[in-house]
Parts: sequence; C-alpha cells; structure tokens
Amino acid sequence: MVAYLLHLTIIAGIYIILSVSLNLIIGYAGQVSLGHAAFYGIGAYTSALVALNWHFPYPAAALSAMLVAGVCGLALGLPTLRLKEDYLAIVTLGFGVIMDLVFLNLDITGGPDGLPGIPTPHFFGINFQIPRHYLVLVAVAVGFTLILTQRLVDSYHGRALRAIRDHEITAQVMGINTPAYKVFIFTLAAGLAGLAGSLYAHYITFINPESFGLHTSILILAMVVLGGMGSIGGSVLGAVLLTLLPELLREARGYQDLIYGGLLVALLILRPEGILGRGKLSLKFLKKEG
Amino acid sequence: MLTLKSLQAGYGRVPVLKGISLHVRAGEVVTLIGGNGAGKTTTLRTISGLLAARKGSIEFDGHDLTRLATERIVTLGLALVPEGRRVFTSLSVTTNLELGAFHRRDKGEVRRDLEEMRERFPLLKERAHQAAGTLSGGEQQILAIGRALMARPRLLMLDEPSMGLAPLMVSQVYEILGELKAAGTTILLVEQNARAALKVADRGYVLETGRIVLAGTAAELRDDPEVQRAYLGKGYKEVWE
Repeated sequence: MVAYLLHLTIIAGIYIILSVSLNLIIGYAGQVSLGHAAFYGIGAYTSALVALNWHFPYPAAALSAMLVAGVCGLALGLPTLRLKEDYLAIVTLGFGVIMDLVFLNLDITGGPDGLPGIPTPHFFGINFQIPRHYLVLVAVAVGFTLILTQRLVDSYHGRALRAIRDHEITAQVMGINTPAYKVFIFTLAAGLAGLAGSLYAHYITFINPESFGLHTSILILAMVVLGGMGSIGGSVLGAVLLTLLPELLREARGYQDLIYGGLLVALLILRPEGILGRGKLSLKFLKKEG
Repeated sequence: MLTLKSLQAGYGRVPVLKGISLHVRAGEVVTLIGGNGAGKTTTLRTISGLLAARKGSIEFDGHDLTRLATERIVTLGLALVPEGRRVFTSLSVTTNLELGAFHRRDKGEVRRDLEEMRERFPLLKERAHQAAGTLSGGEQQILAIGRALMARPRLLMLDEPSMGLAPLMVSQVYEILGELKAAGTTILLVEQNARAALKVADRGYVLETGRIVLAGTAAELRDDPEVQRAYLGKGYKEVWE
C-alpha cells in the first residue's frame, strides 16, 4: 500500500510540472497549446538516450532533456507564435502528432518497442532506485518548478504576460515586445516539460511512444483547465486530482471512464473557471475579433 | 514634432489611407475628424507601428517611424489611448496604470507618477484593487488616459475618447483633455464627435475616405459651411430644401 501511494505521488509530481508549465502558456500568456506532451516526450527520449548511449550521470541527462526540449520549443515558437489563437492551436496539435510519429518510426527511439533498461539515477552516493529516494528527487524538481513559475508570474514580466493575455495589441501599444515574451514563455514551458519527461523516463525505466501522444496533451490541458487557468495552485490541484481520480474509480470497473468523464463535465459546468481559477478557458478564437 | 507625408496604408489589398499629410507641433492639440471608415483609426494604427505603411513617411522628432516596431515607437514617447478604451479588464486598476509605464526604467519616478495619477483622478485610488473590467465605460476611459499618461508621453494620441460614453462622461473626459492642453501636453485627437473635438483643439484636419479634404484652425473649421453641414449637424434645412 505504501509503495502504491509512493508511486502515485511520484506520478502526480511529474504531472504537476507538466500542468504548471502548460499553465504558463495558456493561463498566463493566453496562448493555446495542444501539443505539450510532445515536449514531455522529447525530454524523456533525450534523457534516456544520453544515459543509455553516453552514460551521462542523471543531473546531466535531466539538463540535456530540458535543453533539447527548450530548443524544440524555441524552434516551434519562433515561426508560429505570430499566429493567432486558432492557427496556433492547429500548429501545436500538428506538432504533437508529428513528434508522436517521429518517436514511433525512428530507429534510435526504438520505434513502437520503445527504450527499455533506462538506468535509475545514482548520484551523490544516493541510490534513487528506492522509491522513497526518487520521491525526494521529484519533490526537488517540483519545488524548483513552483518557485520559478511563482517568481516569474509575480514579477514585472508576469504583468506583461497577463497584459498579453488580456489584449495583445494593447499590450504592444504599452511597449511590451509581445512576440519575444510569447517565444520566451513557450521555450521555458517546453524546457520544464522536458524535465518532467526525464523524471518519468528514469523512474519507469522504460518508455515508448504511447505515453507522449495526443491523449497525454489533452490530459495535461484538462488538469490546467480543471484546476483553474492562471492559477499555479490550481494546476497543482488539477494534476493531483486527475492522477488520483482514475485510481479511486478502479472499484467501479466498467463504469470508470463514464464516471471520470461525467465528473469532469459536471465540474466544468458548475465552475467553468476551474476550481481555483479566475478566467475561463479562452475560446475567443472561436469568435470574431470585436 | 510629428509629420506625416503622403502616407499610404491599408489592410490586405484594400487601401485605406490614400496619401495623407499632416503635422503636429509641440504643445499643440490637433484633431483629425471624419466619419466611419474615413481612416482615422488606421492613421493612428500606422503611426503606432501596428500597421505597416505602404508609402510615405512618418517622422517623429527626427526618427523615421515607418521602420520601427511598436514597442520601440512607444519608448520614443508616443502613447496611444486605443479606440474603445481597451483597458486590461482582468487586471486591477493599479496594474493597468503600472503597465502604462512598462517601458520606463526609472522605478522611483514611476511610483511618484502613480501617486500623482491617483491624486489627480481619485476614482483610480478608490478602485485601486478592483478589476478594470468592473469599471463603467467612462471610468475605463479615464483609466485608459491615466495609463497612457503613465508613459510620460511627449505626444498623446487618443482614438475616439467619446465613443460610447454618456454625454456627462463625454464632457468629463473633454474636461481632462482641456486640463492636459493647459499643462502643455501635445495631443493628436481622433474624433467623430467634431463638436467636442473642435472645442478643445487648436487645429484640425478633416479626413474623408482616406484623404484629407480640409485643414485649418479649429475656429476656421467650426465656421466652415461644409464641416457644419457634415459634422456639426447645422443647416440641414437649407441644404435639403
């Protein structure tokens, strides 16, 4: 039982990093991204590959995961973030699908069989194969993510991001370099997703493309929306709830998905702004500019 | 201070500005009046760099604005109060004001200006922590003007500040513009409400379908029979009969 709870806590921690980073893009900068799992996957594969092939120690592997995912975020963000919401949604969705196919078809990623035997971290004389120790590692990463994002959104730059979310053109007229901010936040969020991927790969020790597909992107998005956009606490809560909910529903067997979906729908009807959020999901791309 | 020379701009293949020239001297209040679709907002958008100029030049204090990005233009000292106010509705009144000073690096001075703005418009102090979206239209307009002033602009541009406001609020907004003028602020005021605009302005231009059709001092424009007929609603009978 304790082992099971430890496992769930570690998984929840990884999802917290993912949902908090996606919230930076959606909740604070007001941009749409439907391909967050792609960066999660890029981080997981990068970390696994450098550890398997070049025997990188874990901290170096995690750092490479963040860097490569961040650079991919930058490469995707630079040409696309000048696009408006609906186009951006399609481009990020497409990116997610493309990366899924890349993981599935490259030799180096092991194709559909994935990469087995990823080494468990072992550094500073601590063996992280013990779940209790791994939890500490995840907790440090979660703490780092939370402090970084909280400090960012409370800063002068956080104000600029929220101005962009409220009205991009007016933000520009205030002298805010909106394209630069959007690319920066996209890169940062991608890097953090890469960190989550690295933590996942070295915990499970086996990865395959299944974990990083569209459904994972949607799950992370659901965590952000359920918890509340533009609220870091909300993203944490959303990640924990949606990690635990399927486990709690295990008893219900065949009805699991029905109850899960029903609860989500009910929650969002009762509280469209999310549990801790202030703003509703931006669907303004469905309307014409007023 | 600001000089536009045969400026052309448009959206897609549709030309909106078909070559307009105008200038604003330091300390002047200049108004640009015209009906819907005349190109008033387009002119301001082009000056602000939100829209690329096709031809012609925009010069501000010796800088050519046609090649500069919006955020660079703002740092040169141009502030825009956009059409329809456009306050950041989910952010607090204070945050809105702070964002007006976004490009400024003199933090201490910014704080002083913020205090001053709250003294000047007590409303902005009372509602300091309220979301700007909860203010009434007129209050939002005052906030939008205050936000633009936080940039310490050398030229303040306003896009239809009277749009959608109750008559009482219109006169309140124009009272503020009168005070700014008295304090020596240089203003480029775009309006459909020609009556209000010509009262506060020194000079004016009349814009019709992308061309300047008339220019002169505010008094000249007020007395011009064509302006009176088209924009001030005088003399309908004579013209119609």
